[in-house]
Amino acid sequence: MPKLTAKLAFDIVVWALLATMPYWLDQLGGYTQLGSQILVMALAATALNFLLGYTGMLSFGHAAYFGLGAYGLGMTIKYLAGGTLSGMLVGVVVGTLAAALIGMLIVHLRGIYFAMVTIAFGQVFYFIAFRWDNVTGGDNGLAGFHRLPVSLGFATLDIVKNQITFYYFVLAFFAISVAVMAWLLRSPFGRTLLAIRENERRARFLGIPVDRHIWLSWLISCFFVSLAGALYGLLNNFADPHALRWDQSGVFIIMAVLGGMRSFWGPLVGAAIYVVLQDYLSSLTQNWMSFIGLFFILIVLFFPRGMLGIIRRRVAS
Amino acid sequence: MSLLRIDSVCKSFGSLKAVNNVSMTVEPGELRAVIGPNGAGKTTFFNLISGFLTPTSGRIEFDGADITALLPSHRVWRGIARTFQITEVFPELSVRENLQIPVEGAFGHRLRPWLSRDDDRKVRARVGELLEMSGLTARDDRLVGELAHGEQRTVEIMMAIALNPRLLLLDEPTAGMGDQETYDITRLIRMLHREQKLAIVLIEHDMRVVFHLADRIMVMAQGTMLAEGTPREIAANEEVQAAYLGKEAA
Repeated sequence: MPKLTAKLAFDIVVWALLATMPYWLDQLGGYTQLGSQILVMALAATALNFLLGYTGMLSFGHAAYFGLGAYGLGMTIKYLAGGTLSGMLVGVVVGTLAAALIGMLIVHLRGIYFAMVTIAFGQVFYFIAFRWDNVTGGDNGLAGFHRLPVSLGFATLDIVKNQITFYYFVLAFFAISVAVMAWLLRSPFGRTLLAIRENERRARFLGIPVDRHIWLSWLISCFFVSLAGALYGLLNNFADPHALRWDQSGVFIIMAVLGGMRSFWGPLVGAAIYVVLQDYLSSLTQNWMSFIGLFFILIVLFFPRGMLGIIRRRVAS
Repeated sequence: MSLLRIDSVCKSFGSLKAVNNVSMTVEPGELRAVIGPNGAGKTTFFNLISGFLTPTSGRIEFDGADITALLPSHRVWRGIARTFQITEVFPELSVRENLQIPVEGAFGHRLRPWLSRDDDRKVRARVGELLEMSGLTARDDRLVGELAHGEQRTVEIMMAIALNPRLLLLDEPTAGMGDQETYDITRLIRMLHREQKLAIVLIEHDMRVVFHLADRIMVMAQGTMLAEGTPREIAANEEVQAAYLGKEAA
């Protein structure tokens, strides 16, 4: 029982911090947009971790679906005169459809083979975005679109100029997505994913059609990653081909591992550390990535369960 | 009608004939032991029954239906459950979760994103029943990876039982166990056989266990079936004594 109470207390702290972030982040030297960026990256990393930490499959190509979300959104607003929500819908549908098809081709692969093929498929989308200049903007990225006010019928959300409103707009999507993932992981279906992670052979001989369940997990994961991608497009009013590239996939993995991939909130913590470090270090030096890399190596060497793994061990002992 | 009918199955790996023309029938409620020296092809034979491997030739029927080429998961749904020579459990999940997963599978809840209160109650009741049988009720929240070897074995057998199988395949259930653990597992197997009327096929090296439990024994050597019969017949069989039991006695 005390274990449950501690978990609940931690949940409450997390939500309280997220709900009040725009009101204290400035005092700490941050800014509201940084908070929105943390949420977007945390959503992507949590979605990746649904597959990595809870199904045991390492995807090195999640940036592809993240990028498809961003480009789907950007192109809908830019070329089809879509709104913010319709753009997001297109981004998510495009990313999820691509994931559904590619998933069917790769879910029978395991370990390094799975990781390599996810990179390969990811790079295909990167090169399309990179090469198809007149539609995607090529190397310069897709600019010339802007997030638009969201009409809820009874009220209109001004997410365009008001960064705080935009933060809460992102937080709403983050909260719903994270709640759905947490709830799925506690369901009978979620337990079959844990079973596959723990021991695939045992899972198979308990009658679980392993490949089908991995495909579903992959699909759920990519769905939320493309949602994060669409929000990323809104955040920057821009879709960047590098958001599709394999090193972006690596960033999601770093976030999940940094925070702790066996903890549900691990990717959020990892994303927050990564985004803040990046913001701070990149203003000091061009070589900020080497400092993050060093930090990552230290964590992996000494705390293989990530930042939250350290805390959990303290609580347990 | 026989529950399991295996008709001259062969399995080759390259030029090695691991299982060569073996036939066997198991009746409902029967407890059959498969014995033989190391490398006799017992585990390969098991893998053919459970679907881990498909035979090079021959035919396997379960409950009157041809299952020779069925996937392992489909065989499980038809009622064949197995354990492995090296314990296969979910080490970082609790005892309760290890049992809950197959119970939910057996109830057909595998893909359910939620359970109604009624379904949840049924799952809990069944998990409680299995915990009771395994004697692990008091330690249901322990991680299985932290349990003693014998207890992990028990959990693995109960996971198979959770699937409500009609045929249970046990690959060396007492491997690596001390006397007390061997005794406990033997008692559990006999209880499952007697009370649940479960047909069981087991591979076993411990002859005390085999002669204590089995209704019939099949002896394998070098991929073929050497002999088949009641424990009394097998003990009296000179060929078997020469090939296998004799070596132990000597």
